[in-house]
Amino acid sequence: MDALDWALLVARVVAVFAALLVAVMLTIWFERKVIADFQTRTGPLRAGPRGILITLADGIKLFFKEGILPAMVDRPVYLIAPVIAMLPAFLAFAVVPFGTSVTLFGREVPFQVADLNVGILWILAMTSMGVYAVVLAGWASGSNYPLLGAVRSSAQMISYEVGMGLAIVAVLTYSGELSMTGVIEAQSRVWNVIPQFPAFVVFLIGGLAETNRPPFDLAEAESELVAGFHTEYSGIRFAMFFLGEYLNTVTVAAVATTLFLGGWRGPWFDGFAPWLGPLLWFVVKVVAVLYVFVLIRATLPRMRYDRLMNFGWKVLIPFGLVWVLLTGAVVVLPQEIGRRGVLLAGAAVLGLVLLASFVAPLVQRRREVAS
Amino acid sequence: MADLDAARDGMAGLRDARTGELRQETMVINMGPQHPSTHGVLRLLLELDGETIISCRPVIGYLHTGIEKNTEYRTWMQGVTYVTRADYLSPFFNELGYCLAVERLLGIEAPERAQVIRVLVNELNRISSHLVWLATGGMELGAVSVMLYGFRERELILDVFEAITGLRMNHAYIRIGGVIMDLPEDGAEQLRELLRVLPGRIDEYEDLLSANPIWLERNVGVAPLPAERCLELGVTGPILRAAGVAADLRKDEPYCGYETYEFDVPVRTEADAYARYLVRIEEMRQSLRIVEQALERLEDLPGPVMVADPKVAWPPRLSVGPDGIGNDPAYLRHIMEESMEALIHHFKMVTQGVEVPPGEVYQAVESPRGELGFYVVSDGGHRPYRVKIRDPSFVNLQATPDMIQGQLVADAIAAIASLDPVMGGVDR
Repeated sequence: MDALDWALLVARVVAVFAALLVAVMLTIWFERKVIADFQTRTGPLRAGPRGILITLADGIKLFFKEGILPAMVDRPVYLIAPVIAMLPAFLAFAVVPFGTSVTLFGREVPFQVADLNVGILWILAMTSMGVYAVVLAGWASGSNYPLLGAVRSSAQMISYEVGMGLAIVAVLTYSGELSMTGVIEAQSRVWNVIPQFPAFVVFLIGGLAETNRPPFDLAEAESELVAGFHTEYSGIRFAMFFLGEYLNTVTVAAVATTLFLGGWRGPWFDGFAPWLGPLLWFVVKVVAVLYVFVLIRATLPRMRYDRLMNFGWKVLIPFGLVWVLLTGAVVVLPQEIGRRGVLLAGAAVLGLVLLASFVAPLVQRRREVAS
Repeated sequence: MADLDAARDGMAGLRDARTGELRQETMVINMGPQHPSTHGVLRLLLELDGETIISCRPVIGYLHTGIEKNTEYRTWMQGVTYVTRADYLSPFFNELGYCLAVERLLGIEAPERAQVIRVLVNELNRISSHLVWLATGGMELGAVSVMLYGFRERELILDVFEAITGLRMNHAYIRIGGVIMDLPEDGAEQLRELLRVLPGRIDEYEDLLSANPIWLERNVGVAPLPAERCLELGVTGPILRAAGVAADLRKDEPYCGYETYEFDVPVRTEADAYARYLVRIEEMRQSLRIVEQALERLEDLPGPVMVADPKVAWPPRLSVGPDGIGNDPAYLRHIMEESMEALIHHFKMVTQGVEVPPGEVYQAVESPRGELGFYVVSDGGHRPYRVKIRDPSFVNLQATPDMIQGQLVADAIAAIASLDPVMGGVDR
């Protein structure tokens, strides 16, 4: 690597960093506008055209606000927690390919900060780091509500990570790739969302829970725990939590796009700015996923903590496991016993299920008559 | 002495019986008085083991405004303006209960048209109050859209209230001997429009919530309070009706001619938060039925809206001017320029007011939250000797520990929401 390569790399990092900040800004505005629409309100209007700069205004306000340091806090931990919330959220995005590539100064520049060969593991690792921020913030605040929020949220995030991980395992098994670019490559014929639809649903549910979004926003349920783990935070430190949370949301939407919706794939004109089309398609898909998130937030009440855990461990994870098993069977069996064998076995299983469904009512009826 | 101190800091139950130290294995949190979902300024002292509530003691008094005591220093008529502020979500019920009590002491009855108007505004008020319950309850369980929808419809009702009384809250519209002024000219029209819109909107809430799995999960079986316990605690209103007791003062001890209206009293037997939700939704529909009937009656029911007795009737006349409802210019001219006697009468009535014969009376009305009773004592003067308000929020609130002990923090929120307390009424 020479100096130009390094310069291009740094430029890429800076560009992605800036783009993410803008994306978060627009996501928050988008969410507020869409929800306002649902609730027959206008939403933000004043800052910029149609209120598009509202997040910037909020950010500036928070930046200049006094950062209150409560007396009971564990100072170093309290100060470092918001940074931990924000950093991994930025880092996670590093492996997401948001386009193809462009040729600059005779070099091929990919639209991705780093194409790790274990890309998806990197994302799982980074989103897991977010739990530390929540736990540390809750503990270091030295106050009851944040503690409760932190306990809730760490349990929730760890549980749903398992579900989300299972969905990812299914996709990886299906496409046989670990790097994000490879997964997109594997979707050249059909997007994963079609063969892997159950995994998509599991991933979205897990993603909502992982990012503490409604209906899984128990960690910061304002009607129960005031503001949950960041109750004692104010000013710029609170803004960091907020930023981290929305970064995570954008990342989850981007990962969902990459894993299930074909990433940057989409029809485009031949010859005209070949790098622009994929970029646009990627953005459109991410916004579509975000829209679903907002839709869910506008419609559903909040789950209760114990039911949430029940749902995670008793429904989502078993379902994910069965789906991984099925995907594995579909991928591996044809290699082992041949296509014909698989079809025969499938037909046999289907026949057995049909037979059982005929026999079961007869047995049932007899039991009813007997009683 | 230690016992006294312990009792005084409100934490007696949280101390170890032997050492007097605060118990360490559990966590005590103060929910309120500044908390987003304690309906104003209710304070709950919760002792938690993890997320499970071990003990709960509600603490009240943060909104005490001395309404009851204040009425003792004002004329009988001024009492209306005080009591209407107690339970601020159902002002008409406070006014009605107070006025009915004073009217019974006076031995008079409001004219027929006034009675019908009273029923009409009361039932509309029941709907608007239930809408606030739905809105805030929905928000507390995280259904934020429901909050906006509830307040949107309440706004329509408040607009009509404003057209009728000049104010959106604390109307002081129902007065001793009738109501202060008749409906505006386009009043019936506005009410018809409301009746056309509201049923569809209520169906919408049901579409959004009634079968919503998360809503069911948060409400079914939550905050149970069986009928026997309700009766022991004196709990009334939708909570009692959701426990299978069809107690409704409009049927049991009718006032304002409620016995002549056709409506059902919705009853459920599950005694949980969801049953209360269903009861309240159905009550809104029944109230609409009553409003419809009242509106029909008003069509061919001319007549005064205030008793004729000049020793009781409030002398000033009101009318709608360019800046809203205010003193009628013609009346002002009459007392200021034309008739000295009218001015003297006006002065006497406004400063001194009605003279109520000695006696005591208890009059209860069915407010959106249950039995709203007024125990009024007169010593024969121009002021009440005592006005005691039996506010249903206050009585119902004491069921909180029963409902939430042993349940989760999240259920405490659902329980309070299903109780629908209004702290203005609790503290008075």
